[in-house]
Amino acid sequence: MSDLPPIALPPDTRSPDASLAQRLLRDPLGLVSLVFLGVVVLAAVFAPLLTSHDPGVAVLQDVLGDPGDGHLLGGDSAGRDVFARLLYGSRFSLLGAALALAVAVLVGGVSGLVAGYFGKWFDTLASGAAAVLMALPGMVVLLAARSVIGSSAWWAMAIFGILLSASVFRLVRQTVQSVRNELYVDAARVAGLSDLRIIFRHVLRVVRAPIIIQAGFIASVAIAIQAGLEFLGLGDMSIPTWGSMLNDGFSRIYQQPLLILWPSLTIALVCLALTLVANALRDALESTSSRRRAVTLAVPVDTVDETSPAAGTAPTADDDRTVLRVEGLRVGYAMPDGSTKEIVHGIDLDVRRGEVVGLIGESGSGKTQSAFAVMKLLPEGGGILGGRVLWKGRDLARLSERDMTRIRGKEIAYVPQEPMSNLDPSFTIGTQLVEPMRIHLGLNRAQARTRAIELLGRVGIQNPERVFRSHPHQVSGGMAQRVLIAGAISCEPELLIADEPTTALDVTVQADILDLLRDLQDDFDMGVLLVTHNFGVVADLCDRVAVMREGHIVERGSTRDIFVAHEHPYTTQLFDAILTPENTRHPYQAPYLPTAPRTEASTS
Amino acid sequence: MTEPLLQMRDVVVEYPSKGLRSKPFRALKGVSLDIRPGECVGLVGESGSGKTTLGRAVLGLAPVTGGSIRFDGRELTAMSSRERRGMGSDIQVVFQDPYTSLNPSMTIGDILAEPLTARDVGRKAAQSRVAELLEQVRLPADAARRLPREFSGGQRQRVAIARALALDPRLIICDEPVSALDLSTQARVLDLFVEIQERTGVAYLFVTHDLEVVRNVSHRVAVMYQGEIVERGETADVTSAPEHPYTQRLWMASPVPDPVAQERRRAERQRLLAVQAEQDQQAGAVA
Amino acid sequence: MVTFLARRLLTGIAMLLVISALAFVLLYLTGTDIARSLLGDNASEAAVALRAQQLGLDDPLLSRYADWLGGAVQGDLGTSWFSGAPVIDVLGSRLGVTLSLVVISTLISAVVATTLGVWAAVRRGWVDRVVQFVSLGGAAVPNYLIALGLVTLFAINLGWFAPTGYTRPEDSIGKWAASITLPVLALTIGCIAGTAQQVRSAMIDALRQDYVRTLRSRGLSQRSVIYKHVLRNAAGPGLSVLALQFVGLLGGAVIIEQMFAVPGLGSLSVSSTVQGDIPVIMGVVVVVAIIVIVVNVIIDIAHGWLNPKARVS
Repeated sequence: MSDLPPIALPPDTRSPDASLAQRLLRDPLGLVSLVFLGVVVLAAVFAPLLTSHDPGVAVLQDVLGDPGDGHLLGGDSAGRDVFARLLYGSRFSLLGAALALAVAVLVGGVSGLVAGYFGKWFDTLASGAAAVLMALPGMVVLLAARSVIGSSAWWAMAIFGILLSASVFRLVRQTVQSVRNELYVDAARVAGLSDLRIIFRHVLRVVRAPIIIQAGFIASVAIAIQAGLEFLGLGDMSIPTWGSMLNDGFSRIYQQPLLILWPSLTIALVCLALTLVANALRDALESTSSRRRAVTLAVPVDTVDETSPAAGTAPTADDDRTVLRVEGLRVGYAMPDGSTKEIVHGIDLDVRRGEVVGLIGESGSGKTQSAFAVMKLLPEGGGILGGRVLWKGRDLARLSERDMTRIRGKEIAYVPQEPMSNLDPSFTIGTQLVEPMRIHLGLNRAQARTRAIELLGRVGIQNPERVFRSHPHQVSGGMAQRVLIAGAISCEPELLIADEPTTALDVTVQADILDLLRDLQDDFDMGVLLVTHNFGVVADLCDRVAVMREGHIVERGSTRDIFVAHEHPYTTQLFDAILTPENTRHPYQAPYLPTAPRTEASTS
Repeated sequence: MTEPLLQMRDVVVEYPSKGLRSKPFRALKGVSLDIRPGECVGLVGESGSGKTTLGRAVLGLAPVTGGSIRFDGRELTAMSSRERRGMGSDIQVVFQDPYTSLNPSMTIGDILAEPLTARDVGRKAAQSRVAELLEQVRLPADAARRLPREFSGGQRQRVAIARALALDPRLIICDEPVSALDLSTQARVLDLFVEIQERTGVAYLFVTHDLEVVRNVSHRVAVMYQGEIVERGETADVTSAPEHPYTQRLWMASPVPDPVAQERRRAERQRLLAVQAEQDQQAGAVA
Repeated sequence: MVTFLARRLLTGIAMLLVISALAFVLLYLTGTDIARSLLGDNASEAAVALRAQQLGLDDPLLSRYADWLGGAVQGDLGTSWFSGAPVIDVLGSRLGVTLSLVVISTLISAVVATTLGVWAAVRRGWVDRVVQFVSLGGAAVPNYLIALGLVTLFAINLGWFAPTGYTRPEDSIGKWAASITLPVLALTIGCIAGTAQQVRSAMIDALRQDYVRTLRSRGLSQRSVIYKHVLRNAAGPGLSVLALQFVGLLGGAVIIEQMFAVPGLGSLSVSSTVQGDIPVIMGVVVVVAIIVIVVNVIIDIAHGWLNPKARVS
């Protein structure tokens, strides 16, 4: 068995950290904000070089002076240089914010890490403390604190840091808890890593980015509240700060309105810049972690290309039992860079009434996308690029959403793969069953209810009344799948599209569901398009099969033909991979173990 | 007769329930199982049967509240956490989901070297060991510099197997290691498991829900149902002539990839269900 | 549901006890300096000692807290050190003013933010980008700066509203409405911005759920799926944000009330901080904590109503 070939890898790509930084810098708002913050910090550091005025020296003739004339931004109510006060003020504002930030990150980060990773009593205690801290408005606490400890800006910011630590705590705790349950952490534990090592290698890596993002928001809030305190006149009036400048400006708003403009503008811009940087960082991080999801930002491409045949022509049905005929269907997704990625490359397919057609393929073959395209229910960003989906003489690819709504559920119905996530958790099962019947069949509430309970009984649910009243989380997966099937057949559709309807279920439940589907298909004389990756399911249920690979149908035929005499190499490859009873492993023989002294020692 | 490598006796696992007065949830209700050196024991069952929990109990990842688990004569349940960490060189794991079992921000090289560095293996030695491991699982040597997201599911599972092999363990717990993989990949990864076992003499506890997988990979099979082992034996016996009604139901339920054979099996299953329902009714009437 | 409610209430009361105890200890730790600062530097030692005794400052902290708590449960929060008026009366006259500001702001924010958030999530594209950008800015800029801008524009330049002052609704509903327009607006903008962002992401999350496709496959129109199913599922996270924003509004009201000379709890806390009137500050802290806890219980009940799973546990 050593003749297995080495596995080819895709070409090397850039390291993720570099692309994160690049992405951040490519965001124009983020970049501008970052540069602006850099300038503010430099201005604070080099304040003495930028102005020759002392921010504390009052000159009587400069009281409420206009800008210019040796004072770049004029003088304040005491005749002090506004520009100098702004520059020196940034030192205190930035340092104060830094203090609050340091306290918040240190206290919240460490306690969040311990609570999230080790849990137990510390978690209970710390979570309670965080709840208490978050229940109190920061300003009220700071006022209460000031009445005891006086006007020290540093104390105020340290206390504010403690208050803010609650939000850091929650963030870190939640992140750590989710990391702790990751399988790779279990693997590290099994490998023999100590808790401390696991925290450093695996946990801190994940927590780092959210903390940095949160830090931007925290710094912004800290600057705002610090200036707010000073604005109220509760700060330390002996030092120049942005807040005390606001206070001064507000009291002279009629005499010299410009006085309040400068500190307002500075505070607003710094807070905005901090928020924008944090936001840009979050965007950059999200787009690296889930690149597929970024696709959804683009617009759908539901535009049919010019080359496809004109709309509305009836299918040339060789057989009047044919209900669905797909011709040259192409499906694609809009990419973030504006291009379109085609994933289904022109498939043909038809389904007759009373017949089960299997669409089999491995992950990424485009089988599910093709099925969604038939119902025009592709995920955001996806659309039909070309071809026709002929349904009883109408081309669904060109039908309006309003007309599709009349067909979905009534003529074409759908059974999903994952039963639990496909029921709305907020509504009872009954409500979800009744809604479509009232729309399509025009039943009143009582009639729909009666019919829903009948249907639940029909799909093999023992106590239909109770299930009707239940919420989805109160039923098992197998029962949820029966409910979904009941919903799909409620308006007696002509075609049922079932997307891996048994994949998420246990084997015994799967067999029951397959029996149920066969039974219903027979009863209602429905056509069924069954998407699956399981040859056993195909063998059990399908009349005909189409084998899909990388967006193409490579082979099709009756189920018996495909199983007995498939021709395409890919189909052969798939069949060869099926595990068969002939390969049953030989019985156990004690191996020759060259290095097993410990085993011998324990036997003797 | 070879002495068992792993000996489980009446293992009980209980998870504390949320409420204060409610009883803890019993995931394992006294399970006994032996695994000999170089042997693969398949553990079959449906979701909630406790099969995964049994594997996690051996790994020290589930709270064992009763019974004993002896590995090579040493009692695992009585070990301190430090001793327990040391067992990592003997007992390893391959998880089901190859997407979450590898840290997305670490290179394959770092992931494979992790168990080695935990034992203070030098950098150089670790590097050459990583190269060896990659060769063993048939991944190219330059894979060490890559990140997990550049690999397909099957390739990631190979990385996970390589990580499990890093310390030359004597037992690997395989928790549904092929059920997340595509059909063709699945067969190749199973071959790799068998090949490694025959070459190194490592033992497997192979947890799966798939009858065909267990038939292809295990020497012996144990069937779990509601926290208990209801049937066990040689693979050929249990898979061809199951005795316990649950095993019979389970076997009959999985569809055969052959339309003719499946039609027969479906009929057999209906008959079996009818017989079992009748028996249940009679048992009910007697009781 | 009853046990669910009872548990939430008990947690709330426990929280209130912890907060009041902490606040009491921290506020009264400073000891006898209070009497000195009240009487001024010229007072004799004897007078200071007597005053301290009158105020109960000599007793152990714990027994003083017990006394305070005993009074508090009967509605007696002590008397102001400055006006000598009962704290409960001082608070009572202010509470309604602040509550009206904050509750009106919360309601307006909830309606506007939900509209904006849903709009952005459903339409995406440029609508989404504009809503995101505006709400980012609105949430980042401190509300007192927004207030400054509003005062400059609407009061000073346009003269539509008085820059400061408050009229009680008993005196004139119209004038009352005019007097709180700017303060409410100043509070609302930031709150809308923060909430709209969260509503938007909750909606987008809910829109991506599998059941949305399944409901549409049954022939439900996109409109009814969005407004009946998606909105209901997004409401939970939205409510949680609103609860947090409410706490933020109570804090924000401090500066806003002071700026607009609105006689609410906020301006009371500023003036008593300046005076060092500890009993009043203590009262403000406790009343604010009660408001927050009551709001949280209401939100929890709403959660239980919205989310069937929460109702069971």
